[in-house]
Amino acid sequence: MSTNVTDTDIPEAREETGIAQALRDYWGRVKGGNTGSMPAVLGLIALIALFSVLQGGVFFTALNFANLLNQGTAIIVLAMGLVFVLLLGEIDLSAGFAAGTCAAVLGVTLTNRGWIWPLALAAALLTGLIIGLVLGVLVAKLGIPSFVVTLAAFLGLQGVMLLIIGEGGTIAIQNDFLLAIMNNNMPVWAGWLLWVIVVLGYASVSLRAIHNRRKYQLVSPATSVWLAKVVTLAVLLGAAVYILNIQRQIVRPGRQTCVSVDPVNQPVGCIPVIQGVPWAVLVVLILLVILTFVLGRTSYGRHIYAVGGNTEAARRAGIAVSNIKISCFMVCSFMAAIAGVLLASRDNSVSPTTGGAQTLLFAVGAAVIGGTSLFGGRGRVIDAVIGGLVVAVIANGLPLVTDQSGIQYVVTGGVLLVAASVDAITRKRTSAGG
Amino acid sequence: MSSTVPILELRGVNKSFGPVQVLNSVDLSVYPGQVTALVGDNGAGKSTLVKGVAGIYPFDAGEYLFEGKPVHVTEPRAANALGIEVVYQDLALCDNLDVVHNLFLGREQSRGLVLDEITMERRATETLRGLSVRTLKSVRQQVSSLSGGQRQTVAIARAVLWNSKVVILDEPTAALGVAQTEQVLNLVRRLADNGLAVIIISHNINDVMQVSDNVACLYLGNMAAQVASSQLTHSQVVELITTGRSGELGLQPEVVSQASA
Ligand SMILES: Nc1ncnc2c1ncn2[C@@H]1O[C@H](COP(=O)(O)OP(=O)(O)OP(=O)(O)O)[C@@H](O)[C@H]1O
Ligand SMILES: [Mg+2]
Repeated sequence: MSTNVTDTDIPEAREETGIAQALRDYWGRVKGGNTGSMPAVLGLIALIALFSVLQGGVFFTALNFANLLNQGTAIIVLAMGLVFVLLLGEIDLSAGFAAGTCAAVLGVTLTNRGWIWPLALAAALLTGLIIGLVLGVLVAKLGIPSFVVTLAAFLGLQGVMLLIIGEGGTIAIQNDFLLAIMNNNMPVWAGWLLWVIVVLGYASVSLRAIHNRRKYQLVSPATSVWLAKVVTLAVLLGAAVYILNIQRQIVRPGRQTCVSVDPVNQPVGCIPVIQGVPWAVLVVLILLVILTFVLGRTSYGRHIYAVGGNTEAARRAGIAVSNIKISCFMVCSFMAAIAGVLLASRDNSVSPTTGGAQTLLFAVGAAVIGGTSLFGGRGRVIDAVIGGLVVAVIANGLPLVTDQSGIQYVVTGGVLLVAASVDAITRKRTSAGG
Repeated sequence: MSSTVPILELRGVNKSFGPVQVLNSVDLSVYPGQVTALVGDNGAGKSTLVKGVAGIYPFDAGEYLFEGKPVHVTEPRAANALGIEVVYQDLALCDNLDVVHNLFLGREQSRGLVLDEITMERRATETLRGLSVRTLKSVRQQVSSLSGGQRQTVAIARAVLWNSKVVILDEPTAALGVAQTEQVLNLVRRLADNGLAVIIISHNINDVMQVSDNVACLYLGNMAAQVASSQLTHSQVVELITTGRSGELGLQPEVVSQASA
């Protein structure tokens, strides 16, 4: 029988030939519409450069860098959870107030009821899981569009939060451990230790993967590409750790005469130093590693992508589609609960505005800007981190440039729209390729 | 290669949807190592017959024999357990996943918690090699970047990955161009040459004549004839499809008039 096969054979096992090839492959993917996080990374660099030029004296300082992370942390954590729901092609509009509600549970149990903090924390996180379970069941089992379910929850949870806190009230958080998360920093040496662990961890895990593939003669990235990635990561993270380890306590001439390294015995007229990587960074890092592993390396994660890509195909492949959907809503609300705890820690209190205002929009924006698709099936947890940093840079940098909040809203909205357009165009390109 | 014992045999199966009798005492024999083409006009009942075999719409009456033994296939999982896989026309692949991920979808190999990507990739490559598939650049390509024929190939490979014995293809070439149709038909032929029993539904008589060992023709829910392809001409197949008979072959005139009444 004749064969009209014109395409190439399955490639024999080979190593991709170096960085040039890797760049060509990447460009191929971009042309195919799969841009990944690259636009967000470029945007981040451009924004930092822009604000540094416009307001370098204030923007590009160690203090502001730490502030920026402090502002961005809760949004990043919220966005990480939203990635799971967005991967399904669903949305959770209530995540912001889920964070607020869980923070309220934390505040009431801890401060008003006097529970020990681990119990109060557990109650807050459990609240998140329950909210997610309810949302997930309504979406997956009853088939109500997630937009409607979570819009209802957006209003409902706002009310629940008021009821828990009591109208107008603010509950102070006084637990040292919980406050430390968002307000204290690691010792300088611990920051560098963390840097070493992350870089070595990434280097060894990725190198082992390459070695395993070579052992079985599968196509694997070249060692030079691996080295380039490791070096880039080491340099970027090293720069961040270096900046965060700079002393950032403001010394106002005439008021304080010195800064003291000793936190306990403050010499007269001295104030303590502020330096080091915020503990919150460690929290984000741990969540990033765990969730990335779940999405990328387990069959559960694979099934989430499958449901988001083609629900019918997933169903026929024997995947329990509704369970996957419910679990994703639970992950999202659980991450919202963690974000709520972080917000409470940052503000030293819980109030009816915790998790409100633009918190949710910023978080959705962060995920989408980072490269997660609103149409489902495409996205990674790292997107939330990169996109969250972009959002934080804008939220932090714009007020330094202009004090008109109108401009700030317009610019943030514009950036989200650009990200959504990139997403939509990507989707068109990839489906046109099929 | 072909065997005289059918791996799958239907005897006198009926199927009605409410008052409409869609299948009327249909017989069908499917042999390992052979391609059985299922032909018939629109609405003749081809898809219904296949769905009955796959356990999606169980038959109302009649015998269903697998490897000579009567079986009860009342749900898709029962069919899969026997080694029957169906490739539907709307392929049902995940565009956002690569070829390996799609081949193993829902049946991923893991080591503990962790997906065993290396084993899956090697098995995928082996399976595609075994089918002499040469049209895929990389098994790590996203399915969204594949052509229609390549997607069909992936869907078929997915069906044979699990030591299946019977593969059913519902109009696998309907949306394909000339070259890609050729590729898929070659693949279908190789499946049979590897010892599988293949049922292929097609409206294209040329494809049928090229690839099949025998032709089963449905006419308004009746099995008009199941004949070796070598004993049929193109025009005889057309006649069987359109009138239910051709010379000595096919339904008795009174059955035809009854069926079309
Ligand atoms: N679920 C159903 N309920 C009622 N009638 C049905 C159902 N499925 C099929 N039918 C009827 O059964 C008859 C046979 O349909 P079937 O899909 O098996 O035909 P087919 O041979 O596959 O046709 P085609 O070549 O157009 O795909 C048609 O008259 C159709 O209307
Ligand atoms: Mg049909």
